[in-house]
Amino acid sequence: MSFSVTEPSKPQKWFAGTLVVVYAIITILPLIWIISTSFKSQNDAIAYPPELVSEFTLEGYVNLFSTQTRASAEDLEANPPETWYEEIAADRGMVIVGPSRFGERFLNSVIIGFGSTFLSVFLGTLAAYAFSRYKIPLKDDLLFFILSTRMMPPIAVAIPIFLMFRGLGLSDTHAGMILLYTAVNLSLSVWLLKGFIDEIPLEYEEAALIDGYTRFQAFYKVVLPQAATGIASTAIFCLIFAWNEYAFAVLLTSGNAQTAPPFIPTIIGVGGQDWPAVAAGATIFLVPVMVFTILLRKHLLRGITFGAVRK
Amino acid sequence: MSDTPIDRIAASTPQSLARSVRGLSDRTIAWIFVAPTIFLLLAVNIFPLVWTIRLSFMNYRVNRPNADVEWVGTRNYERILTDPDVWATMQATAHFLVWTIVLQVLIGFTLAWLINRKFKGNDLWTTIIVLPMMLSPAVVGNFWTFLYQPQIGLFNYVIAFFTGADPTSFSMIGDVELAPWSIVLVDTWMWTPFVMLICLAGLRSIPDSIYAAAECARASAWRQFWTITVPMVLPFLMLAVLFRGIENFKMFDLVVQLTGGGPGNTTTLTAIDLKREAFERWRTGFASAYAVILFVTVFGLASIYVKALNKVKER
Repeated sequence: MSFSVTEPSKPQKWFAGTLVVVYAIITILPLIWIISTSFKSQNDAIAYPPELVSEFTLEGYVNLFSTQTRASAEDLEANPPETWYEEIAADRGMVIVGPSRFGERFLNSVIIGFGSTFLSVFLGTLAAYAFSRYKIPLKDDLLFFILSTRMMPPIAVAIPIFLMFRGLGLSDTHAGMILLYTAVNLSLSVWLLKGFIDEIPLEYEEAALIDGYTRFQAFYKVVLPQAATGIASTAIFCLIFAWNEYAFAVLLTSGNAQTAPPFIPTIIGVGGQDWPAVAAGATIFLVPVMVFTILLRKHLLRGITFGAVRK
Repeated sequence: MSDTPIDRIAASTPQSLARSVRGLSDRTIAWIFVAPTIFLLLAVNIFPLVWTIRLSFMNYRVNRPNADVEWVGTRNYERILTDPDVWATMQATAHFLVWTIVLQVLIGFTLAWLINRKFKGNDLWTTIIVLPMMLSPAVVGNFWTFLYQPQIGLFNYVIAFFTGADPTSFSMIGDVELAPWSIVLVDTWMWTPFVMLICLAGLRSIPDSIYAAAECARASAWRQFWTITVPMVLPFLMLAVLFRGIENFKMFDLVVQLTGGGPGNTTTLTAIDLKREAFERWRTGFASAYAVILFVTVFGLASIYVKALNKVKER
């Protein structure tokens, strides 16, 4: 019988497993609460004692996506609701007068998130390749400089960026926010991608060069495909960062290019904060990140430590 | 620095045209690849930083573009360092920083150690525990104000359920005593997985053979833990503390949504105070000096810490 001295005993495993599961359930509860609240009615959401599952309704989502106004019973009688969402509003004595701003804000998040991710991964890949493969004077200093840009509190550089954007006509524009998030994400993308490219054996490129490829061809045809997984996970990290960013968004955008994080907390219903609507917005906003996190779990550690720790 | 249009065209040259730039030396290619990144970082980070330093010696106010702008020397710095409100803010930040790090290290390390017992399904549970860390702090922080509601909040209900206290008798974010802890709690909930993941990597990096050797030498489990596990995980743990320290020194989004700095000034962390000075009171010069002090502090502390970290690694 093979026997390892370092393998934990069965009771040990049970004990450890139980504690971890208990912690996991406690820690996931607020997230489950967000999702479950998004499917409650306003009254059920503030019921005492709190209920995990109440009567299912899409009221929160309807309120999130629409602007409504109170209507008298006669008005509702005269103009009966035609669609399912109008019906949900009508049940609360409301009529839908138009879409809310949430759709636009969400779209802004998508545009700015994907735009800045594409740029920072594109520039980051080039820089990381150069740092990985070429002799560059002051290489370590440059790499440290790139990393140190991440240490600055966003608020500390926000004042001149605010002034600069105002001067260049970039304030409250998608282009301005994309540039800004690209710059913030570059440190992450260069450091992560350098780690990934370092792991690709030099021999592949050398072989390609001997076969008559140019440097560019070797880069496109050999290095890029080899680094594809690394590039993909770097992109997801950049996307999540841009998606979640709040400080710059709240300071530098207002009407036009505002993203969802500053917007969601401002959702206020008729008579007090409309928690199901807030929860609905949060759910739509957070669930994609949860899915990405699960997809990324193998590279998670690397991403959060800028490549300092690899499994 | 080479960032002429020609260089940019070369950098984005499709592969079919690449042959024509075959003559480029490795050195040129390296610069073409690196230049855009350096240029963008200079424009969006260093240029503003230099501007901030310049503004910090002036009495400029963004909301009064026509007022006279004068050099005021180090007056802004003197004002900040003698301002009792700023020191109160620093204290609030220190409280937040110390407690979040202590709690996250303790819980994070324990969790990592437990997960490393390799029970069945540990991967799945690890992934679940990690989820809060990846989410938007502003959106999550805002929702926590709902969980913290005295009458209807889940948090108060659960605490009341287990302690028998009246759930309406305490308000985590409304009470002067409790509010500093309410932000520590949410930050710990969110970021413990970060410390846990790094510790787990540290634990997994320890080769089994070391424990096997210790076992042969009849070292007790307790002794093995303190002489093998802890020293070998320490560099990882210190790295986690560095990251958390820097991040929490800059903390803004989560706390602003959670408490808005209140009640009173009890949870006004430096970044929140700075935002008020810069974008609500519009004291641009003053706020710039404030920003410079913060940046120098973060940078200085981080450099000292990195030196210590390298010493531990060398051992």
